[in-house]
Amino acid sequence: MQKQDIIKSFKDSLFTGLIALALFGPIVGLRTASKGEGLFITPQWGVVFLLVGLCILGRFLININSARRTEFKIFSTLSSKFSSITEDKAKHFAITGILFAVVFPFLPFTDRYFMDVAIMILTYIMLGWGLNIVVGLAGLLDLGYVAFYAVGAYSYALIATTFGWSFWICLPLAGLFAAFFGILLGFPVLRLRGDYLAIVTLGFGEIIRIILINWYEVTNGPDGITGIPRPSFFGLPFKRSPDEGEMSFHTFFGLEYSTMHRIIFLYYLILVLALITNYFTLKIRKLPVGRAWEALREDEIACKSLGVNPTNTKLTAFAIGAMFGGFAGSFFATRQAFISPESFTFIESAIIVAIVVLGGMGSQTGVVLASIFLIGITEIFRDLEQYRMIAFGGAMVLIMVFKPKGILANRKPTILMHGDKK
Amino acid sequence: MLKISNVETFYGKIQALRGVDIDVNDGEIVSLIGSNGAGKSTLLMTISGVNKARNGNITFNGERIENRDPHKIVDLGICQVPEGRRIFSRLTVEENLRLGAYTNELGKHFETDIKEVYDLFPVLSDRKTQRGGTLSGGEQQMLAIGRALMSKPKVLLLDEPSLGIAPKLVNQIFASIKNINKEKNVTIFLVEQNAKKALELADRAYVLVNGKVTIMGSGQDLLKNKDIQAAYLEGGTKN
Repeated sequence: MQKQDIIKSFKDSLFTGLIALALFGPIVGLRTASKGEGLFITPQWGVVFLLVGLCILGRFLININSARRTEFKIFSTLSSKFSSITEDKAKHFAITGILFAVVFPFLPFTDRYFMDVAIMILTYIMLGWGLNIVVGLAGLLDLGYVAFYAVGAYSYALIATTFGWSFWICLPLAGLFAAFFGILLGFPVLRLRGDYLAIVTLGFGEIIRIILINWYEVTNGPDGITGIPRPSFFGLPFKRSPDEGEMSFHTFFGLEYSTMHRIIFLYYLILVLALITNYFTLKIRKLPVGRAWEALREDEIACKSLGVNPTNTKLTAFAIGAMFGGFAGSFFATRQAFISPESFTFIESAIIVAIVVLGGMGSQTGVVLASIFLIGITEIFRDLEQYRMIAFGGAMVLIMVFKPKGILANRKPTILMHGDKK
Repeated sequence: MLKISNVETFYGKIQALRGVDIDVNDGEIVSLIGSNGAGKSTLLMTISGVNKARNGNITFNGERIENRDPHKIVDLGICQVPEGRRIFSRLTVEENLRLGAYTNELGKHFETDIKEVYDLFPVLSDRKTQRGGTLSGGEQQMLAIGRALMSKPKVLLLDEPSLGIAPKLVNQIFASIKNINKEKNVTIFLVEQNAKKALELADRAYVLVNGKVTIMGSGQDLLKNKDIQAAYLEGGTKN
């Protein structure tokens, strides 16, 4: 490395330090504490200097790394090895993953907490796969995906509490409602692309949330909807003491009552829903409409010249993506038994988009890895409370530095000829 | 077969076509030459329905098509190979061809159709699992033409097929255009800046200047025309 390169990156790091100082100085450095009457400022410059120092050091290391790939080869070889393993053995990986997911509830170390985290990860995997149809395949950046999650959850909750229909009737209805909202969003944004599309979808997500808060007569506003029916095992409820003449899950199978039964059932439910989403996406990619989505992502004018109707193609992408969001929403509602607009804020959309982008747009396995990584990180750092989000952000920065195109960046061709397997 | 009468197309307030009249008869190769900004691509986009004509009309086999959606026009049998090829670079060669068959009853005769394309451009067959973006410029152009042929068009609109392609491959591509016309009975409407090649190939040709047709005639006549030689071909001098 040239000497002037080092000086240059050193200067650059110092500049980074300045920015860090400007940011951390007021935010971290000046801490307000209430003593007796009124607020007082307690400075904590030590922490600020530590943070600024970390920023300078980190920037310097990144600079050196990019200027001289050989020195910090460990990271790049590690990550390329990782992706080559997953790319080559994608099929084995998928099968192992599914098998592991199937036996997971019965592993000796699996307890209630692990199951809850696993259900959460699976929900995000399903949302990620759903959004992948819109963002990864059709190339329409949707920052308001949580809206469809919310529509699914609320339609399930409202239909189930009003009419008392079972989960299996409400689930497809909620999906249909969400798909309808997908088309509703689709129409005004047909002519938009890129940033403009992102802004409108972002607004759509917020509009839905604000409607949920303010339409008190229907949605019960910020109080949310309580007493959403739990799903039953094909008509057998998970109750400790079933009503007169009614069988419940544990009496029917002659088991000791355990709250874990319901959790395990919910786990398999979301696992199946997620796998259906995945299977559907893999299949539809080989159909004309799926190919048209990908073509539309690549070049809209070429699509028009070949007779692809961009209106219908975009609307189906929005509708189908939204439908899976709606299914996930129904699942969320039945699992929580309580929903309120608080669960459907922008940060949820951001997390789902992050999962799709970090996973490598369009990669189904990438979504799984990114969900485990992102949700896992926030769970591991749960004890650190407010620092969780720092860990979350740090993880995103790390992925973007070392794998700028996502964990699994390569899109596999959907058509392979015989003898083409490596 | 394809009749364009008095077509005017605007981009906002800017008028790109100022009343264009062109006829393309069944089985012909018709070339349209002109310099940058003359409105050649705009005309093709107007025929395809991507841009809409503000005035005038376009008929195809007696049917008015100027207000139809692009995908309906492809259904009728008019397919365009757009300028700059516009292949789907992250999709494989075969996926690109499958997209060409999108309107053709969703690829019912896909196997026989794709074989015809591979016979026409054998190099595509060798590269069928490769991503479109990894092909050379000439191969991409072949792919773009092959993709358009998958929709079984009656008229093929070609926008600058020689753009950015090695001269050797240009000859090959023009030879295959002739082949498509003669053996597959596809009518060709060719837009080109490479005037010499386009006129040599054409049964009839038009010259477009500033959104208006100024000269028309048989390809051979136009090749000998002094004005055209001066403006578009080498070696001519204006009297």
